[in-house]
Amino acid sequence: MSSESKTQDWSKPAAMAIPKGGYFQDKVEQGRYGPIFPKTPACYGFSILAKIILGREDVFYKYAKSIEETIAAQPDALAVLQLHYLRWVLFPIKGDTYFMYQGIFDTDFDKYTEDAVTLFGITGLRTVFENLEGFPMDWQTNPAAFIKFVRDHQCPSFLEYAEYPYASATEIKKALKLKAAFSTMLDQMQ
Amino acid sequence: MLEFDDIQHILLTRAPALAARYEFLSFRNGAGGRAWASAIKERIHSAASMRAGIDKDKRWVTAAFTWNGLRTLGLDEASLNSFPEEFKQGMVARAEMLGDTGLNAPQHWVGGLQSPDLHAIVILFARDDAEHDRCVVEHEKLIANCPGVEVLSVLDLKAIPPLDYAHDHFGYRDRLSQPVIEGAGEEPTPGSGDPLKAGEFIIGYPDEHGVVADSPQPKTLARNGSYMAYRRLAEHVGRFREFLRQHGETAEEQELIAAKLMGRWRSGAPLVLSPDKDDPELGADPQRNNDFNYKEMDPHGYAVPLGAHARRMNPRDTAANMNRRRMIRRGATYGPHLPDGKAEDGVERGIAAFIVCASLIRQFEFAQNVWTNDRNFHELGNERDPIIGAQDGTLEFKIPKRPIRKTIVGLPAFTTVRGGAYFFLPGLRALGYLASLNESGRA
Repeated sequence: MSSESKTQDWSKPAAMAIPKGGYFQDKVEQGRYGPIFPKTPACYGFSILAKIILGREDVFYKYAKSIEETIAAQPDALAVLQLHYLRWVLFPIKGDTYFMYQGIFDTDFDKYTEDAVTLFGITGLRTVFENLEGFPMDWQTNPAAFIKFVRDHQCPSFLEYAEYPYASATEIKKALKLKAAFSTMLDQMQ
Repeated sequence: MLEFDDIQHILLTRAPALAARYEFLSFRNGAGGRAWASAIKERIHSAASMRAGIDKDKRWVTAAFTWNGLRTLGLDEASLNSFPEEFKQGMVARAEMLGDTGLNAPQHWVGGLQSPDLHAIVILFARDDAEHDRCVVEHEKLIANCPGVEVLSVLDLKAIPPLDYAHDHFGYRDRLSQPVIEGAGEEPTPGSGDPLKAGEFIIGYPDEHGVVADSPQPKTLARNGSYMAYRRLAEHVGRFREFLRQHGETAEEQELIAAKLMGRWRSGAPLVLSPDKDDPELGADPQRNNDFNYKEMDPHGYAVPLGAHARRMNPRDTAANMNRRRMIRRGATYGPHLPDGKAEDGVERGIAAFIVCASLIRQFEFAQNVWTNDRNFHELGNERDPIIGAQDGTLEFKIPKRPIRKTIVGLPAFTTVRGGAYFFLPGLRALGYLASLNESGRA
């Protein structure tokens, strides 16, 4: 159980307003690659927005299919990221197509940055990022440039809400396992 | 093929030393620093010369530099800028992220290590006290011939009794789990994994991803060198023993608590292999004492608590990309031995170690920031490493146990950081290059 879960009631929905810039200036935690965006009732997360290279939409749809197959074949492929959800969105602005990659995590991204970079190669996530304007093509040998791109394109939330604040994916999975175990136990009692 | 004749010995071999001395130096001018670098180079063993003379030699020397030191030696701006950002900033600037806060913070450090005037370190490993003393005098003479070179501070180190195996002041056997470098000629012990690519530790060789670092520049510097994070950790032996007494009524219970904090019995025997009682023979047997995992053998931490020191520092099969996080550790104990039963005397004692790796941010800083000090590592919620984590008396240590786990509340700090620094450990040709720089920053 996380420390926040102990002090925060998961049964009481919570919202947090976040100052401009994404940080609470009086308590910015420093990570290895720079300041860390704060944990909110909706855990850690990022929203990366970038313009895609003209005419590359099809690559994104092909990529979606390949990620679906990757996870089906290896369900724990992304486990290291301690994720709740990932969302990939394409949307138009003034005739250009933009890409949004939004993730909700239980740990700040800074901690496992190198693991995420490694996953890029393994899962093929590189294929979408390499089709974004300004993405450093030498990312594999230049993690600093990769991280700079992610930070430059991160749009921090100004408000986050959670129906069950601060609960981690592990805790939720444990609760579901317990529910299943109790169901089995009750079946055995019939 | 590793260039054994150009790699400083400390990277590949462990000196059979019972005494050591670290001298922290400051260069008042570049000429003095270069004169010192040139003179000390002649006294450094490469990995090759160390192996050749291991039976007869009595002392082994290592030299390394801070980023400020490289600047003072006269390295030009382009080259200085080619070093990794974390090395340029130095350990003091990275303190908060590393967990060096409260009593561990740089303002409390000793020996001038927090000062930008720290430029270089010379490490002496000596076979015995007499050789240690002889070398101290020799180095005094050497420095006297290098005007502008000053000694900021020194730390003398010595193995503590019993001398038949390496251990720290708390009594834990040391040097049990070290990575082996591919091509270095060593065989990993069972359970230690395959040898790792040299580039994980030595600059200029392919790493586990097949990448060869192209920094620092010029190319001479990017070959056969490495980075070292220095940590001086005071060990509060009296407090540690008192804690064991508080949490264990019998000597056996106290030993078990000590083992749970570490993940191994003080003999070195792994709790995974011997969960209920100590097995000193197992602890001393390198063919068996590292041959275990966590995922299959102890997933819930009933043997080794999820937050135990050894489980945090080497999570084995429970962490991703472990081969990208390994580090070489060298070092020794300092301060007087506190015999069992003797009251705390207030004298500082501890370990002063070098963590050697090719990327400080990916290896050392990750270990420090995540494995040591992430309060929520393994979903533990409010724990840090019980031995070396930043403890302020408010955190817990949970010991899984059927039917109900034991929770220790308000864990005290058993160690305090007393100093630290980042050093660049050049290859010998690179050291020659640094020694031959001129005032325009070129060799």
